[in-house]
Amino acid sequence: MLIDSKKQILFSEFTPGYGLSIALKMSPEKIIDIMIRSTLRGRGGAGFPTGLKWQATAKAQKTPKYIVCNADEGEPGTFKDRILLSDYSEKLFEGMTIAGKAVGSNKGIVYLRGEYRYLLKKLDKVLNRLRKIGYLGKNILNSGFDFDIEIVLGSGAYICGEETALIESLEGNRGEARNKPPFPTDEGYLGCPTVVNNVETFSYVPYIINKGADWFMEIGTEKSKGSKLFSISGDVKFPGVYELPFGVSIAEILELVGARDTKAVQVGGASGICISKKDFDKPLAFESLPPGGSIIVFNKSRDMLKVLKNFIEFFVEESCGQCTPCREGNYRLLEAVEKLERGECSINYLKVLRKLAESMKYTSKCGLGQTSPNAFLSIIDNFKGEILARPKKVND
Amino acid sequence: MANKDTKKTKKEKEQKSAEKLNLAQCSNAACGAGSGKERKLTGEKIKVTINDKELEVDKGLTILEAARKHNIHIPSLCYHEDLCVAGICRVCVVEIEGERTLKTACTYVVDRPIKIKTSSEKVRKARKFVLELMLANHFGECYSCFRNLNCELQKLAQEYGIDQLRFGHVTTPRYKVDKSSYAVVRDKDKCILCKRCIRTCVDLQEVGVLEAANRGIDTKVQTFFDKPLAEVVCINCGQCINRCPTSALRANDPTEQVWEAIDDPNKIVIIQTAPSPRAAIGELFGLPAGTSVTKKLNTALRMLGFDKVFDTNFTADLTIMEEGTEFLTRVKEVLVNKNKKVKLPMFTSCCPGWVKYAEHFYPEILDNLSTCKSPQQMFGAILKTYYAEKTGVDPAKIVTVALMPCSAKKFECNRPEMKSSGYKDVDYGLTTRELAQMIKEAGINLPELTESDFDHPLGLGSGAGLIFGATGGVMEAALRTVYEIVTGREVPFKNLDIMPVRGMEWIREAVIKFEKVKPEYKFLEGAEVKIAVAHGTANAKKIVDEILAGRGFWHFIEIMACPGGCLGGGGQPIPTNLEIREARARAIYSEDEALALRKSHENPEILQIYKEYFGEPNSHKAHKLLHTHYTPRGRY
Ligand SMILES: Cc1cc2nc3c(=O)[nH]c(=O)nc-3n(C[C@H](O)[C@H](O)[C@H](O)COP(=O)(O)O)c2cc1C
Ligand code: SF4
Ligand code: SF4
Ligand code: SF4
Ligand code: SF4
Ligand code: FES
Repeated sequence: MLIDSKKQILFSEFTPGYGLSIALKMSPEKIIDIMIRSTLRGRGGAGFPTGLKWQATAKAQKTPKYIVCNADEGEPGTFKDRILLSDYSEKLFEGMTIAGKAVGSNKGIVYLRGEYRYLLKKLDKVLNRLRKIGYLGKNILNSGFDFDIEIVLGSGAYICGEETALIESLEGNRGEARNKPPFPTDEGYLGCPTVVNNVETFSYVPYIINKGADWFMEIGTEKSKGSKLFSISGDVKFPGVYELPFGVSIAEILELVGARDTKAVQVGGASGICISKKDFDKPLAFESLPPGGSIIVFNKSRDMLKVLKNFIEFFVEESCGQCTPCREGNYRLLEAVEKLERGECSINYLKVLRKLAESMKYTSKCGLGQTSPNAFLSIIDNFKGEILARPKKVND
Repeated sequence: MANKDTKKTKKEKEQKSAEKLNLAQCSNAACGAGSGKERKLTGEKIKVTINDKELEVDKGLTILEAARKHNIHIPSLCYHEDLCVAGICRVCVVEIEGERTLKTACTYVVDRPIKIKTSSEKVRKARKFVLELMLANHFGECYSCFRNLNCELQKLAQEYGIDQLRFGHVTTPRYKVDKSSYAVVRDKDKCILCKRCIRTCVDLQEVGVLEAANRGIDTKVQTFFDKPLAEVVCINCGQCINRCPTSALRANDPTEQVWEAIDDPNKIVIIQTAPSPRAAIGELFGLPAGTSVTKKLNTALRMLGFDKVFDTNFTADLTIMEEGTEFLTRVKEVLVNKNKKVKLPMFTSCCPGWVKYAEHFYPEILDNLSTCKSPQQMFGAILKTYYAEKTGVDPAKIVTVALMPCSAKKFECNRPEMKSSGYKDVDYGLTTRELAQMIKEAGINLPELTESDFDHPLGLGSGAGLIFGATGGVMEAALRTVYEIVTGREVPFKNLDIMPVRGMEWIREAVIKFEKVKPEYKFLEGAEVKIAVAHGTANAKKIVDEILAGRGFWHFIEIMACPGGCLGGGGQPIPTNLEIREARARAIYSEDEALALRKSHENPEILQIYKEYFGEPNSHKAHKLLHTHYTPRGRY
């Protein structure tokens, strides 16, 4: 085994309340300083440095402030947050409380994916227990700091995982992304400064506060420190959630999960990119292959055009429909895939669509439209041979 | 909506500063707008580089606003000066140094020095893709479209040299055109989903008929449960039409029927023209906004074949006589006779958009609405009674057409109760746009025509009737008359200009003190009459809510459903914005100022019609022909 699985963070020993009690004795600046030094980057997809996000929220003038946990986990093939929520939620709640202390917020909200409704009872039980032992609520551990957490059920659309659409949804509106700037750190929930972090991101926090930034930074790569949870699925023997250090290569992972005859790997869920064998040696890290939350493995029996079609259908379905490039663009990409299926897509038209896809990446209003072309571009590029080898009716 | 309250207070707070910026600000996503910064211009300047040119711009402006101030063109489509920003069409994208993605100029607030490129390769290609994507999903051919040459989508297609549709083009309609409403026609096939209509209806007007439904490629603008427009709470204001960049929204057009009537030798076709269209129609013939063409228009109408051309100002004067009298009676009943059945404040009723709004949303105040018909309807009624008798023509042969700035008037003239003459008071309501089209079709170049007068009688209107076209005008006209009736003296404002009720502020208030009154109005001695003026139903709502909550009290309130009043009506030339509306208002007020006759009660033709026909204001006959009643309607 190439992977040093001894060094884990999230699945390492945890004493509830430890990190919290340390944080409560620190100044907010100190907490933020440790978070910045740890270089922890958000685990929800975009990888924004968590400490900087907290710092911006702490600096924002307006009050009250909110701590929102993004537990919408809607990316196909991703189920890492579910495990944290169902079995390790004290870590998450503790992380949110520490964030509250750091930015000066007394209210946390967990936006829980609608499909995870069944976890609600369990989570409420944990919250109640934490309240009872004084880890939540008024005057936490006699520190004078108040913080409580509420769980709100999501509305079921993938777009509601995008932080500003999530906030809209929390406010009772249609889940549609807002314009950025302003960022939630300045104007988030109810127009107030808001930290939005992923479940996994928050879960690292008590460890970092407890054991220090340096401890966290022992593993990982130059620019991506620590470890990461991966939901691994597809044509593998041992699907599941793995905590692996940044820098691990696809090949190593494939070996770990018992994948055979792998043709393609989708890194980062539907919005990620699909790589072929030539890139299996690349390390998973923000600076090379941004990992997202999921890895989907396809073996040689898979039809890559079908794979692509599935992804695009997902985006056509899930686009909130606000902005032109994403609403119309994804539809045109799907149309092109259907043309390819029928062998009716000319090389020239494919070129135009490649350009369209590129343009969607920087013209769309939110992350959904900005990342939806990734699958199209990477599959068309990396599996060109396979895709164009299909029988053609039209050529020009 | 859960956060209705927070939303409202925030909105109210923003009202003042937003007005200064000429931008309705909202921070809700009913419109998909998302958060708009509370932008207040502090006067602080920021150095911004646009296309290698260093500029000093006001901190707090968006890139789009800043660029336009410096005459740098950035295209826009979902942006509208009157509305909160949406940032959804993506046509206005620009490149900002250091940013990974392109940013929308309409949403990006300048708060630090930045370097912007408004026309880099990336930007140009992105815009072209956006336009092509829109057009691919846009059913319609420009040459068979009423917005041909006045369409923002078409204009951009031209600007970006779109000469092929690489993503194809819809060739068959996918939706049924909704023609159910007398006022507004919706053709979803032409819709590009800019949501300007939604933001108009929800945020500007606070009626809330339109919303976005579905997701992705199935997204559409929809009414409640996708019902026909005639069956929902639409107040027919047509403000959505005026802000739609394409022909997806238009007025229900009776031009064909009007031509038919004109061409029918057995019909006497009479047109009345309202003041607002006259101050605006020139825009459709290349004249600058604020050019009044009243008398040239008379000539054009005769050339088109209208048999008589009358002035709606005449019945505006009649309205003042009736409404002013009604007001004084109401005050007396309430103050002196303590009559509980009579209600104050009294609201004006000449705006059919406002009337329908009240019928839907505030049925409890319908007794507070003046019972007067609008000038349009009064005119129709007297044409088919008094005028027919006087001229000895069969009223069945008379076809009455009203040139109005308004789409709601189309609904109004089709109200079943508007038939007290025994005939439909007004047969057809034409909008400014529709009449301009008729004039063009007849090959007439309006600006070149010689001037001609209205026909008489019924062709003489006072300046008071004229200013009905601007928000505050009805109130001003009423005060000029009521004050003089009560005190025997002219209203105590310099040159009869009651400045406190003028202007474009959304809500305006004033107090008029009555002193040294005539003996018959002794009950008003020393009375301070509180009045208010509001335009845009969102602001009407504020006033009514204040009253219903017991916080606000006024005696007399003028409401116009459209921003700016009738001159900003839903039938007026497109585009619309504050600058254009102010120019039209200036045209109307300066016309009033130039007139010798500026008070309704001094209009000799008004005095004549009372003498010959109605006897006195609010007489039995007047009630039958000039007054109406209202119908409570549900909210759904
Ligand atoms: C379409 C879309 C869906 C998203 N879904 C999720 C999600 O389910 N969970 C999540 O944590 N972040 C999701 N994100 C990312 C969030 O917008 C946001 O970046 C993240 O919650 C920030 O947390 P982090 O900094 O801890 O990663 C999504 C983004 C997009 C564009
Ligand atoms: S990119 Fe897609 S999901 Fe995001 S705002 Fe635009 S249409 Fe909605
Ligand atoms: S709406 Fe505009 S682009 Fe569409 S057919 Fe009409 S004029 Fe042409
Ligand atoms: S006419 Fe007025 S009320 Fe009706 S949909 Fe348009 S904006 Fe809304
Ligand atoms: S109907 Fe007109 S204003 Fe409304 S979204 Fe469509 S194009 Fe825009
Ligand atoms: S005008 Fe800026 S996005 Fe539409």
